[in-house]
Amino acid sequence: MTTTTHTLSVLVENKPGVLARISGLFARRGFNIDSLAVGETHDPKVSRMTIVVSVDSKPLEQVTKQLHKLINILRITELPPEASVERELALIKVAVDAGRRAEVLEIVEIFRAKVIDVDREALIVEAAGTSDKISALEELLEPYGIIELARTGRIALGRGASGMKAPKVRPVPVVDHLSAVS
Amino acid sequence: MTVTGAQSLIKSLEHAGVEVVFGIPGGTILPAYDPLLESSVRHILMRHEQGAGHAAEGYAVVTGKAGVCWATSGPGATNLVTPLADAFMDSVPLVAITGQVPRAVIGNDAFQEADITGITMPCTKHSFKVMDPEEIPQVIAEAFHIATTGRPGPVLVDIPKDVLTSQTSFAWPETLDLPGYRPTTMPNRKQIREAVELIERAERPVLYVGGGVLKARASAELVELAELLQVPVVTTLMARGAIPDSHPLCLGMPGMHGTYAAVTAMQRSDLLVNLGARFDDRVTGNLSSFAPDAKIIHADIDPAEIGKNRVVDVPIVGDAKPVIVELAVALKERFAGSRPDRSAWLQTVSAWSKKYPLLYDQPEDGAIKPQFVVDRFADKAEDDTVCVTGVGQHQMWASQFFTRNEPYSFVTSGGLGTMGFGVPAAFGAKVGRPDARVVCIDGDGCFQMTAQELATAAIEKVPFIVAILNNSYLGMVRQWQELFYDERYSQVHLPQEFPDYVKLAEAYGCVGLRATTPDEVDNVIDKAMGVDDRPVVIDFRTDEGEMCFPMVPAGASNDDIMLDPRVDWEGRS
Repeated sequence: MTTTTHTLSVLVENKPGVLARISGLFARRGFNIDSLAVGETHDPKVSRMTIVVSVDSKPLEQVTKQLHKLINILRITELPPEASVERELALIKVAVDAGRRAEVLEIVEIFRAKVIDVDREALIVEAAGTSDKISALEELLEPYGIIELARTGRIALGRGASGMKAPKVRPVPVVDHLSAVS
Repeated sequence: MTVTGAQSLIKSLEHAGVEVVFGIPGGTILPAYDPLLESSVRHILMRHEQGAGHAAEGYAVVTGKAGVCWATSGPGATNLVTPLADAFMDSVPLVAITGQVPRAVIGNDAFQEADITGITMPCTKHSFKVMDPEEIPQVIAEAFHIATTGRPGPVLVDIPKDVLTSQTSFAWPETLDLPGYRPTTMPNRKQIREAVELIERAERPVLYVGGGVLKARASAELVELAELLQVPVVTTLMARGAIPDSHPLCLGMPGMHGTYAAVTAMQRSDLLVNLGARFDDRVTGNLSSFAPDAKIIHADIDPAEIGKNRVVDVPIVGDAKPVIVELAVALKERFAGSRPDRSAWLQTVSAWSKKYPLLYDQPEDGAIKPQFVVDRFADKAEDDTVCVTGVGQHQMWASQFFTRNEPYSFVTSGGLGTMGFGVPAAFGAKVGRPDARVVCIDGDGCFQMTAQELATAAIEKVPFIVAILNNSYLGMVRQWQELFYDERYSQVHLPQEFPDYVKLAEAYGCVGLRATTPDEVDNVIDKAMGVDDRPVVIDFRTDEGEMCFPMVPAGASNDDIMLDPRVDWEGRS
């Protein structure tokens, strides 16, 4: 079976424990999360999670359905690469002394990255781009000695004017005899 | 109105229509016990939290209402994990309330602290941790709503002690705030039309009925649909009684210990109409050889069940009741007087039923056959008698021989297979249906796992019968060792006279009876049925080596169903 990478964009209620519910569900259904990024949206009651998983499309459907069952999940969309933009941010601390700094700066320039901290023996590069671009930069900086590295994980949005919104729901009235199965 | 968090909790339960709570007090839930003294909510003091959970499940299955159990933090809460997992697998509506250590010490490994919302995340439909006393009414309303709607299931509400003791205001909410919870109950018309097409064209259709039909309270609608279609019906362990066993279209239970007719009808079928079942491995056997020629219509309220195990031709997401009603309406219209003729298929199937019925042989002077005991109960019991079981051979015999002609009258642990479910669930069932007789068919292995609740039942004067099929073995495990481990019996023997079940019953304030020979069976059952003020435990000393047939070995194809080898099936007239 061939596996491919899928990017899921998930709107969730901004409540404690939601991340644990989602990551736990992936773990117990046997899925590895490649990356997961989460942050508040313009509506403070709603957060967006961008989850990258490498799976077959069939098991992905099953895990998406299971995700839908979590009460705090508002909407799930898979973002196809051709109809979405994705970015990742990385901070890379490179071991480089004054002698080889120019070489590194040249690489940084080519990748349109930025140097955000300089020390006599190291500098920190800030790079944003697709995951592939970040990986390519990482590979080029590797020979100089990467001291440490942090990546945010992928975030993504669908292209065009339409946007993914939390569904508008009519408030459900509280009925009498709530405890009876209806 | 200013109240304490605890008062707010009790008021909320009253507003939710809760009649009874099964629980045990302890440090952190203690504040809730004080306002309980003035409440209309009845609290039943259990002997173990697991018992509280299973009692709440038994209550829920027979009443159709959410069962409520509660416990204190730490060990009280962790003792609820098994019932929660059980209710999760069998979609039983349950609300469990746990005390938690005060907010200020959460995460500090305080005395009797356990992260119960974390522990139960994989086995609850949802859980709440209430960190603000103002939230209590809203959370309780939402907990009951989630537990009882859509695919029912267990919901946990964890409340720190100081939230219960804080001052707050009480107002029962008018609306629920659950923007992410929108179960689909009404089926899609287009899918119904496609299902009708398949049903019309099918030559060998079978209605494969699961627990969802009972959860939807759609038993009457199911019978109507079956009669309209004139097709055979199989009822899974979770759906026993959805259509009466006495109904000519009912083939009984499919699966590992199902009837030959039910298993084989599914195997030979060209269309399975799955209503609220889930292609569980105990039904399908080896999945790749299960019902190889069948197209599949799968109706379920949980979209995640559809296509999970078996590829589906027509998926229908919806509550079983509207699904069945819409199907019946559309089919009536389509048939308009001329129904497809399925008489050949029905004849084939009923020939299987006749040729390979469920059989046992009770020699007059031999050991008591466990099936005989169940059979005698079935014969003597009223139709609305509730049968409760533990898990194992006795459970399968109960399903096979305790004929079910009424819905909501079979209470068992299906998905999780929880040994020890029987006694507390029987107690809960009797609390929920005091007018109905409750008989728990139990095994000697299961019985002692939760037998302490007999004390609860004796004190509460809640009468039910526990029939222990005492074969002195963990019988199902023994059966597997006999068949698949060359009769190398390992750690399965429970000597028949330990404990003395009669004395044990009496010690708990119950009536204890014993039958050691077949001719004593009727007598003790009659005696037990005459007791109406406390539980009766009957120690039936049954045949040690009896095995449960038919059987499809785990992982084998349903085509390889094993019939009882002691019977001359071809020579039977």
